Amino acid sequence: MRTDRFQHPDHYLMDELLTEEHKLIRDTVRAWVKKELSPIIEDYAQRAEFPKHIIRGLGEIGAFGPSLPAEYGCGGMDQISYGIIMQELERCDSGIRSTASVQGSLVMYPIYKYGSEEQRRKYLPKLASGEMMGCFGLTEPDHGSNPGGMTTNFKDMGDHYLLNGAKMWISNAPFADIAVVWAKNEAGKIHGLIVERGMEGFTTPETHNKWSLRASATGELVFDNVKVPKENLLPNISGLKGPMGCLDSARYGIAWGAIGAAMDCYDSALNYAKERVQFDKPIAAFQLTQKKLAEMLTEITKAQLLTWRLGVLKNEDRASTPQISMAKRNNVEMALHVAREARQIHGGMGITGEYPIMRHMMNLESVVTYEGTHDIHLLITGMDITGMPAFR
Amino acid sequence: MKILVCISNVPDTTTKITFSSDNKEFNKAGVQYIINPYDELALTKALELNEAAGGGTVTAIHVGQADAEPNLRKALAVGADDAVRIDAAPIDGFFVASEIAHYAKDKGFDLILCGRESIDYNGGMVAGMLGELLDWPSVNVITSISINGGEAHLERDIDGGREVLTAKLPFVGSCQKELTEPRIPNMRGIMMARSKPLQVLPVAANTAHTQVATYAAPAPKAGCKFLEPTQVEELVHLLHTEAKVI
Ligand SMILES: Cc1cc2nc3c(=O)[nH]c(=O)nc-3n(C[C@H](O)[C@H](O)[C@H](O)COP(=O)(O)OP(=O)(O)OC[C@H]3O[C@@H](n4cnc5c(N)ncnc54)[C@H](O)[C@@H]3O)c2cc1C
Repeated sequence: MRTDRFQHPDHYLMDELLTEEHKLIRDTVRAWVKKELSPIIEDYAQRAEFPKHIIRGLGEIGAFGPSLPAEYGCGGMDQISYGIIMQELERCDSGIRSTASVQGSLVMYPIYKYGSEEQRRKYLPKLASGEMMGCFGLTEPDHGSNPGGMTTNFKDMGDHYLLNGAKMWISNAPFADIAVVWAKNEAGKIHGLIVERGMEGFTTPETHNKWSLRASATGELVFDNVKVPKENLLPNISGLKGPMGCLDSARYGIAWGAIGAAMDCYDSALNYAKERVQFDKPIAAFQLTQKKLAEMLTEITKAQLLTWRLGVLKNEDRASTPQISMAKRNNVEMALHVAREARQIHGGMGITGEYPIMRHMMNLESVVTYEGTHDIHLLITGMDITGMPAFR
Repeated sequence: MKILVCISNVPDTTTKITFSSDNKEFNKAGVQYIINPYDELALTKALELNEAAGGGTVTAIHVGQADAEPNLRKALAVGADDAVRIDAAPIDGFFVASEIAHYAKDKGFDLILCGRESIDYNGGMVAGMLGELLDWPSVNVITSISINGGEAHLERDIDGGREVLTAKLPFVGSCQKELTEPRIPNMRGIMMARSKPLQVLPVAANTAHTQVATYAAPAPKAGCKFLEPTQVEELVHLLHTEAKVI
């Protein structure tokens, strides 16, 4: 891989909307990424391996639950800071951002929001530092877009719960120390349970041969009569709104993150177009290249503004699920489009690991599917507009 | 140890440099400022020395205007305990050195570290002047420091080699690349920086010895000409008539 000289486009002087602390966080994470991640990411992605040695570093820069309170070892930062961190990570690789999203929004957030004080104190500081890693089990082989149909279940055995079932497509599963698992009780109500590695009957086989998110580990969670201590149930939530609340937080981070991937593709394409000479001219001088670059920048700028506004709403605790859906859907689609155009500008070089484009493009195929598919988010907007759900 | 680190606020290396007011002023509009990279080494080394010694304080000082405060905040996030800004536009190296000397003279610092030069004006004068103004030893372009008791063991770059020397504390040192790897702040550092003191002091000595008359941008690079290995005469001709170097 070439030296990472990334600079973010800021056509509408968006930086003026950020605080000095936001910019310090951004510069910090970017510097860390350029030093620790950019030099190795291509190699790990090619080998389909998650770079485990970066976990502690991710903890130090605040990638795990930065907006949760400092008393639990977290950053106590605002939501825009969280978004910026996700953007800088995904600028390098969606897989690394996924690891951070899962840890912060899907594991730490539910423990903080729905957990008991003992659960918070037991898990959050270790999860924030990266000493402990978590995963989030919602999707099942037969229930993806329709998680409410899940069949994973637990029975009250008096002094413990007995958990059975299987989850699929679970990010971080192969190495996670704990899993926040959503399962139905005997009354069919969804609850969250903290399952720890080492509990008898709990296994996490890895999913191989992915063409996407290759630098992120994905696996299954299999529960075969797992005895879960009663104190591991998240006491303060029941029903589908539990996992959905977590997804709102993670999708918000993805909305920021996807812009990062788009910016990286744009930056690379712009530099390449200025250097690559064909017909005795830099290809940047041709109208069709300029059309691509100008449209990329336009779309990135629109997404930046949309997402910044969403961040302000989120800071005020006013961001609604449909608003978050719209940003996730728009930004990931935008990033995919930018990646495809950027790949064309790079010509043949665009398919190689010399440039990050193809890796971003393949990664984004997962991002456009997980945390609610592109179409499901459209249907969420549709329901918001009409009041009529079209997905069931 | 009680260490003072001098922080200069410089345009990011990718900045496009332009001038205004009849080429008398550098155009600051839209320019990103960073901590001078050599000063980052000084800051990191100061923290490392105190960590090795098991304690101490690091104060970051900057002579300049309020727009530099984000970078002082960054120095606090990296690990400085407090920051001081002398509120004045820095006019020349002597101006900066005399302000810092005035601040430092009665504070009991064991050591002052700065960068070997700032990457904007590349003066490289402050360390030497500080030593003179404080009547302390001053060592330039340090690549290694270790401190034992009241004495420092130093290595510095010299033309074509390396010089090893000792200096009694307190002294002034200017830092060169190999000294250490600059430290990136972490989340805890950024959180703690919020409540660390950043003191703004009025200008004291207010003495500059020079003034900028005008700036000029370097002439644009001429295009490359390729000649075949056989065109020796043409090469000599071009070096003589076009490049005018022979
Ligand atoms: C790399 C990766 C990592 C993941 N990580 C996690 C994780 O950590 N935890 C977790 O719980 N899950 C995770 N997922 C799972 C992800 O959330 C699901 O893949 C996603 O929700 C879609 O489910 P599905 O794959 O079963 O597709 P399906 O739900 O079967 O969808 C297939 C297609 O049908 C469409 N569709 C479905 N229903 C409707 C409808 N009503 N109307 C119109 N169209 C419809 C969808 O839009 C899609 O195009 C991950 C997935 C991937 C690929």
